[in-house]
Amino acid sequence: MSFEINREFRTCPKSGLVFHRPAERLIKANAVVAVIFLAVGGALGLLVALTRWPAVQLLNAQHFYTVLTGHGVVLLLVWILFFEIALLYFCSSVLLRCRIATPRMGWLAFALMLIGAAITAIAILQGGSSVMMTSYVPMPAEPNFYLGLILFAVGALIGTFIFFGTLVIAKDEKTYEGSIPLVTFGALTAAIIAVFTIACGAIILIPTWLWSIGYISEIDPLMYRLIWWGLGHSSQQINVAAHVSVWYAIAAIVFGAKPMSEKVSRGAFFLYILFISIASAHHLLGDPGLSSEWKIFNTSYAMYLAVLASLVHGLTVPGSVEVAQRKKGHNKGLFEWLRKAPWGNPVFAGMFLSLVGFGFIGGISGVVMGAEQINFLIHNTIYVPGHFHGTVALGTTLAFMAMSLWLVPVLFQRELFLPRLAKWQPWLFGIGTALQAFFMMGAGTLGVSRRHWDIAFTGSAFEWAYPGMAYTMMALNGISAIMAVTGGMIFVVVIVGTVFFGKRAGEVSGWSLDRPDTLRGPAEALTGHGSIGVKGFPAPGTFVLAGFLMLIFVVYYFINYGYLASVWKFS
Amino acid sequence: MTAIHPPSTRVWWKQPVDRVELVWIAIALVWCLIMFFFMPFWHVYGNQNYSGEAYRVNPDQFVAKVNDFVSEYTVRTETDRNIPVVRPPAGSDIYLLARLWQWHPVLELEKGQTYRLRVSSADWQHGLSIQPINLNFQVLPGYEMVINITPTESGEYAVVCNEYCGIMHHTMLGKLYVVDPAEDA
Repeated sequence: MSFEINREFRTCPKSGLVFHRPAERLIKANAVVAVIFLAVGGALGLLVALTRWPAVQLLNAQHFYTVLTGHGVVLLLVWILFFEIALLYFCSSVLLRCRIATPRMGWLAFALMLIGAAITAIAILQGGSSVMMTSYVPMPAEPNFYLGLILFAVGALIGTFIFFGTLVIAKDEKTYEGSIPLVTFGALTAAIIAVFTIACGAIILIPTWLWSIGYISEIDPLMYRLIWWGLGHSSQQINVAAHVSVWYAIAAIVFGAKPMSEKVSRGAFFLYILFISIASAHHLLGDPGLSSEWKIFNTSYAMYLAVLASLVHGLTVPGSVEVAQRKKGHNKGLFEWLRKAPWGNPVFAGMFLSLVGFGFIGGISGVVMGAEQINFLIHNTIYVPGHFHGTVALGTTLAFMAMSLWLVPVLFQRELFLPRLAKWQPWLFGIGTALQAFFMMGAGTLGVSRRHWDIAFTGSAFEWAYPGMAYTMMALNGISAIMAVTGGMIFVVVIVGTVFFGKRAGEVSGWSLDRPDTLRGPAEALTGHGSIGVKGFPAPGTFVLAGFLMLIFVVYYFINYGYLASVWKFS
Repeated sequence: MTAIHPPSTRVWWKQPVDRVELVWIAIALVWCLIMFFFMPFWHVYGNQNYSGEAYRVNPDQFVAKVNDFVSEYTVRTETDRNIPVVRPPAGSDIYLLARLWQWHPVLELEKGQTYRLRVSSADWQHGLSIQPINLNFQVLPGYEMVINITPTESGEYAVVCNEYCGIMHHTMLGKLYVVDPAEDA
């Protein structure tokens, strides 16, 4: 049996990007399904936040835990991975002007992910699998809860290997010369971490599924936590590699920015591959039986070398924007480049809010609470969701939203639907999510638990009241969630509207069987950045901002150890 | 070219790195190393560490040990559910059982004394969260965690479960008293 290889390409007249027809269809399908799941997960998130607002407490306990499980699974896994598969196809096939490998397998991957997500979603909705996303044993879920996740993961793994296959074809058919673009390199980083992540998921979820149907008598809870977090945490590291790539891509698209140094940026991605996957330890710092040496080495990603990588990207991404802006003539003072940035363009605004929010809120809080001893002050409090709303919602999701606002019109050859409304989108979502993260972290510092229906402990034998400020913070979190969800709704309306009702783009490109031109890097001189900037620093404004981040980081780190020193002694 | 294009056809590895990047990498690396070495430093010079001491335990046997402990040292009961309050000798091994949906028993400890707190679960995973000081540990069935704990302030503390453990999770609230030794000497 042989299949005819589809070699139809079109060149986007606006962006100059080259789309392979089967790849374009796959990217469209994965991205659109991702956005639909985002809409579902966001609605569930609103219900969670309104229930945790003590004066509102919208849902009863049973529905709350069901909805919270759904919110976690749909957003942390389903939305993110569907979008990332679209992104992997984009970064390989489109950026390398290459036909996508095995498009039929791409549809198999898509179907497996969709069916798997549906099976798990139905298991959750039936109410017998309110075990949270983490499904810690020995609390049982319905077998289909695990089965759906396994199918979903298999689909995602196939998609990842299609990405690798496409890179091989691009090399083999010489669609590009020299090295792959930085953004593709970042996507490759994400894909490599994804293989590790999905392997962890398979290693723990398959036995757990067998346990749920009675073939295995017991799953050790500590082993479960260790390996499950190889899935749970590493999947968020896929996100980091992916959204950093998106930041670089948007800087390139909006400003024509080029990396300040290919060597530094690629080196930082390489550090992720080496060190980021051992972070499962973050979640086990308060667990019995693991040695401190193991905890310290793993929670620090081996001397914080993966954190170093993120700090490097934190400088080089805005730095590349600053250099591009200064070269365009916005070279006055420290911050003219930033003042003259296109803040009304939601693609840029979303990317920049994502960058700043991820660094200042998600990044700092994550490293601080991942310090072995500080974790005892934070473990399982609502500070933890505060942190990861700073990383996954504000960092990854907002970056993907910004990317979509540019990519979807290009893909569908339509103009953005309601562009004036779209301008507000990143601000509402970004600021709303940032406030949520802030208030949840505040409430967590005051001791409020995560995954808890009633902080007043109604029906308990004893009474305990959290400080009034904790109640205020949870109410403010609810209000901020309304703002964030409004931003999210605008995003969904704009994207779905663009796909179905967007005005046809003026210039539409047709499919052609001509082989696209080979992609070549420029033969430019390998020099520094000339006379821009201040005192030999081509990006002094970024350096000042980065220094500000470092200052807050250091102060906040020692404030936490200072508070820790004041509590009970334990050893 | 830009980040979505291949790099220069020359050997891009040889492009000189800007000073701004080098300075930042140096600062960031130093901070990373400080954070790394601060954790072992705290093990030596700080007073808030968990040694990792833990034992595998059969949940039924752990429950039996807790029951012996409770019957030996109970000093009174509280609430209409007659929840035992246990006053163990200063410096002894003390037990705390997490089960759906209770902390058992209520402990009454002396300020400034060090106890060997042995905690485990009879059923699912739970979270030991002592409020308002906000100290938090994971409690797993099958593992007995031993924490040498020294309460430094007297008062009434809440023991909250902060690992989701089913529909009545929010009612899983216990108490812990820390008393001044002088008070009843």
